[in-house]
Amino acid sequence: MYSQALNTRDTSTDSSPEAIRFQARIDDEQRIEPNDWMPEAYRRTLIRQISQHAHSEIVGMLPEGNWITRAPSLRRKAALLAKVQDEGGHGLYLYSAAETLGVAREDLEDQLLSGRAKYSSIFNYPTLSWADIGTIGWLVDGAAIMNQIPLCRCSYGPYARAMIRVCREESFHQRQGYEIVLTLCRGTTEQKAMAQDALDRWWWPCLMMFGPPDTDSLHSDTSMRWKIKRFSNDGLRQKFVDATVPQGHFLGLTFPDPELRFDETEGHWQFGAIDWDEFRAVLSGNGPCNRERLEARRKAHDDGAWVREAALAHAAKQRKTA
Amino acid sequence: MPPAPSRKERRRFPSFLRPMTTTSIAVEESPRIRTLLALADDALILGHRISEWTGHAPTLEEELAFANIALDLIGQARALYQATGQNEDELAYLRDPHRFRNALIAELPNGDFAFTIVRLFLVSVASDQFWRSAVQNDDPDIAAIAAKAQKETAYHVRHAADWLVRLGDGTAESHRRAQNALDALWPYTGDIVDRDAWLQAVAPVLARATLTQPAEGWMQPSGRDGRHTEHLGHLLAEMQILPRTYPGATW
Amino acid sequence: MNTPLWEVFVRTRNGLAHKHAGSVHAADATMALQAARDVYTRRGEGLSLWVVPSNAIVASDPADRDMLFEPTGSKIYRHPTFYEVPDEVGHM
Repeated sequence: MYSQALNTRDTSTDSSPEAIRFQARIDDEQRIEPNDWMPEAYRRTLIRQISQHAHSEIVGMLPEGNWITRAPSLRRKAALLAKVQDEGGHGLYLYSAAETLGVAREDLEDQLLSGRAKYSSIFNYPTLSWADIGTIGWLVDGAAIMNQIPLCRCSYGPYARAMIRVCREESFHQRQGYEIVLTLCRGTTEQKAMAQDALDRWWWPCLMMFGPPDTDSLHSDTSMRWKIKRFSNDGLRQKFVDATVPQGHFLGLTFPDPELRFDETEGHWQFGAIDWDEFRAVLSGNGPCNRERLEARRKAHDDGAWVREAALAHAAKQRKTA
Repeated sequence: MPPAPSRKERRRFPSFLRPMTTTSIAVEESPRIRTLLALADDALILGHRISEWTGHAPTLEEELAFANIALDLIGQARALYQATGQNEDELAYLRDPHRFRNALIAELPNGDFAFTIVRLFLVSVASDQFWRSAVQNDDPDIAAIAAKAQKETAYHVRHAADWLVRLGDGTAESHRRAQNALDALWPYTGDIVDRDAWLQAVAPVLARATLTQPAEGWMQPSGRDGRHTEHLGHLLAEMQILPRTYPGATW
Repeated sequence: MNTPLWEVFVRTRNGLAHKHAGSVHAADATMALQAARDVYTRRGEGLSLWVVPSNAIVASDPADRDMLFEPTGSKIYRHPTFYEVPDEVGHM
């Protein structure tokens, strides 16, 4: 669903002929493929970004999965299950892309379960009402799409191809979310209050999804030069706000930001200050659900160990008798 | 909001006996509707159980497999509810547990992966046989649903059988878990209509899985009369909470 | 031990050749095929599937690209536009 902005230090002092050729290919908008020569830092940055993106998809199944058994109609139940399944699929495509860089999925999963790897901060917030499911589709997937469309042109071929597949499949996610919120806003007083409460809780965390402000980012230069990243955090965040605020107003909802106003001269919606302390706290493990999310993933992994062993043992027996 | 009870009513009934409104519905069950509800409730309740695995399956690949199966079953349930001519959501969300017509085996909690696979296998073999014959059903609605469902269920059988063989003939632990699940689930297979045909399809897979087929002994009642296990009430309490809490709301 | 990796190739409805879609993990070929079905054909994309153990694929070395593929670039006489046919002759 989303890859949070990275912190990559510029280590590319390499001026070898390969490095120069490599950069020239990137500048020429050519794709880099798995066996091609690439700087170690490029490989490391990609492994980190792609696996972090994959982890976000997998952990992201949990908050929405929380409502599959309580979806209020059979149509909503099927749509939500299909959406959460897509997230699992997207995690899988992304692990596949990362594996072309010479790491095993098991090692990446191990990094997640041991708490060494990061994933998007947004999934450490709880889903407290059905309106959260609509709001996640509308806002979180909306933010993800802003971030992911440029990744379809990422310089690394397998990542770009995985993202094309992800974006194609994800197009229904935001619409199903918005439809849920719209239905609530046209419903009873309680339903509308539910939608407003969800927006109040999710708005600021969604703005944080784009990562720290450009002034604080160590990384953008290298990632931009390598065309792993094509837009700055603040640029994407502004694009998201500009697209989303009118959608919220159409619903008759109020954004929880008294400073939100349209700047006629700039042509942008200006918003208040983001609480970066909260962002850092959640990212470092102190969000409302960090522990529960990782615990759920660890339990699934541990409970599944005997299943994976059984499948391997059976395959080994078959090979022996073959 | 129901009108406040009159003074006379308040005198007549102590507060705990005062008539309350309910969101529950009852359905006039002709034999046709009864058949449709049994099929639909089986599919919905089992689909619901399988959907509970989402985010917790043993591998990422299996997350997707289970979700596909659950989506097939929920889709079948919707088509069958619609064939009754009544509102699918009212049938799913506003009937009390004793009005559900599903077999008990569908509502049992998932247990471990072995339990889920063994149940899916036992149920899917029966469904597969039913849907294949139902393609010729005199009821055009059932025949049309069968044409689609038989393809879905055929895959469920294959997926569950292939896993069952791997669990039964995998490690000592997986064998033990699969055998335990089989022994626990066997008494819930008593209401399978054409049991001979079913046994004929089940036995070779159990043999390949090196599992011991339980003896044909005592069987649980079917559940189709509305007497369920303790588990269905909890499942429905969770599933129905929103439509029950906000009567009349649109979602 | 890690579960083996398989490359997945899907032939889509339009009847073209099988095309690489991604990969799955599975203990054996049967389960790899089912995983490929469940992962890569969720929206009716497939008519046929191949799974190939990833370590069975032999790839050309990118460093050999010039040696392998440059020499054919200059052989323009392999292309139909190299030859002149008068317009009056019509399509050929």
